[in-house]
Amino acid sequence: MREDEEVAVETATLPLDAWHRAKGGRMVEFAGYWMPIQYDGIMAEHLWVRENAGLFDVSHMGQISLSGEGAAEALEALVPGDISALKPGRMRYSLLLGEDGGILDDLMITNEGDQLGIVVNGAVKWEDIGYLRENLPDDITLNHEEDYGLLALQGPKAAEALARLVPQASALVFMQAARATWNGHAIGLSRSGYTGEDGFEISLPNEALTAFADALCAMEEVEPIGLGARDSLRLEAGLPLYGHDLDEEIDPVEGDLAFAISKRRREEGGFPGAARILGHLADGSPRKRVGLLVEGKLPVREGAKLFDGNTEIGIVTSGGFAPSVGAPIAMGYVPRDHAAPGTAIAAEVRGKRVPCTVAAMPFVPHNYVRKQGG
Amino acid sequence: MPRYYTEEHEWVDVDGDIATVGITDFAQGQLGDIVFVEVPDTGAELSAGGDAAVVESVKAASDVYAPVDGVVTEGNGQLEEDPALVNSDPEGEGWFFRMTLSDKSQLEGLMNAAAYKTFCDDL
Repeated sequence: MREDEEVAVETATLPLDAWHRAKGGRMVEFAGYWMPIQYDGIMAEHLWVRENAGLFDVSHMGQISLSGEGAAEALEALVPGDISALKPGRMRYSLLLGEDGGILDDLMITNEGDQLGIVVNGAVKWEDIGYLRENLPDDITLNHEEDYGLLALQGPKAAEALARLVPQASALVFMQAARATWNGHAIGLSRSGYTGEDGFEISLPNEALTAFADALCAMEEVEPIGLGARDSLRLEAGLPLYGHDLDEEIDPVEGDLAFAISKRRREEGGFPGAARILGHLADGSPRKRVGLLVEGKLPVREGAKLFDGNTEIGIVTSGGFAPSVGAPIAMGYVPRDHAAPGTAIAAEVRGKRVPCTVAAMPFVPHNYVRKQGG
Repeated sequence: MPRYYTEEHEWVDVDGDIATVGITDFAQGQLGDIVFVEVPDTGAELSAGGDAAVVESVKAASDVYAPVDGVVTEGNGQLEEDPALVNSDPEGEGWFFRMTLSDKSQLEGLMNAAAYKTFCDDL
């Protein structure tokens, strides 16, 4: 065994760094921060979230607010979602697009009433902030909310657990957001996440993070969960990871994210790369992101080439063992004519061909709470 | 039967001219849940420091290197069915492969248990 981990000297620490270490978190460098990859083990943590509730520290992500007259309309010049129709307390998944329609990041946009809240990926947050600042009108104010951390509580018992601390949580359904107070701290809540389970993301002032995390983890149904399980959970949920399954070469249709292009925007265009993207919507894109069920036990990982017979047709962008499926799964890009579920192809791993079948995603059904009492 | 250790976290049991190779308890702990092990084919010629096997955890694939020169006499077929043996019994039932020892003097470059413990403590 040989470990070739290179750690950048400037790796930063998150507000909960000491908390993770005290909980036994194994810290690795990710997106420029020391973050816990696991506590007890990825498999156990993954299964815990599917059955109970898991607490994730995602404070590495960028929390940005936009305010000023016409912020929603201005943002629409850079994303394909109908942001101006987003009602207060509602949130939407969207895509920050480059000039040619390639995806610069995927993000969540919330109408917080007096401002728009945006959560972006940690690994590209500085680029995102630069791009937004450069491309938004000067009278739109952009704040990088660095005084706030972000926690995610995910799993079927998340709502019950969180409601003990913040009763308003129960009133939200999937993709709704609200402001609340906890122990005198102003916090933001949304019913959303990255695991396919019901759950919440909670934005709190940095100084409140440790006490809040302790209060949650004192409950028997809540355990801290590391980045490793976050990755296997989102893979099973069919959710792409920016920088792996999506990048600036891939447009929303290729990325199988056409749902993020709102009806009005399809009719009106007016977002970067609209000609390419609307063309792909009408005619299909030459390649598409698909799920892959892998035959056997050998994990097929990012970078594995995909074949139809002897013809190389595509590449795997994420893959690994799926604890809730009990088998390896993957996602990757294949030509349009190979994208139908059931299509038999093969992945190449260390010179061996591993049979795979194109599969509809998610691999594990989503358990979002879309209606009150539902 | 003397047991040797490598800086790549393999253990090597020597019985006459045959060495049994696996990864250490420290290594399995670092890797986490093992979901797949690829052992070398019988007859494969290995050279010290070269690729010999692959161990895959949920998170990543890691190479296992040959501790010495030799020819593989047997791979642990049990690991195909039950790769988690590497987690539960890394230095016993979870062995990876057996090989001949082409040059016994290569063992002199490996660590004993005490030296390996010190090596791990310093990591």
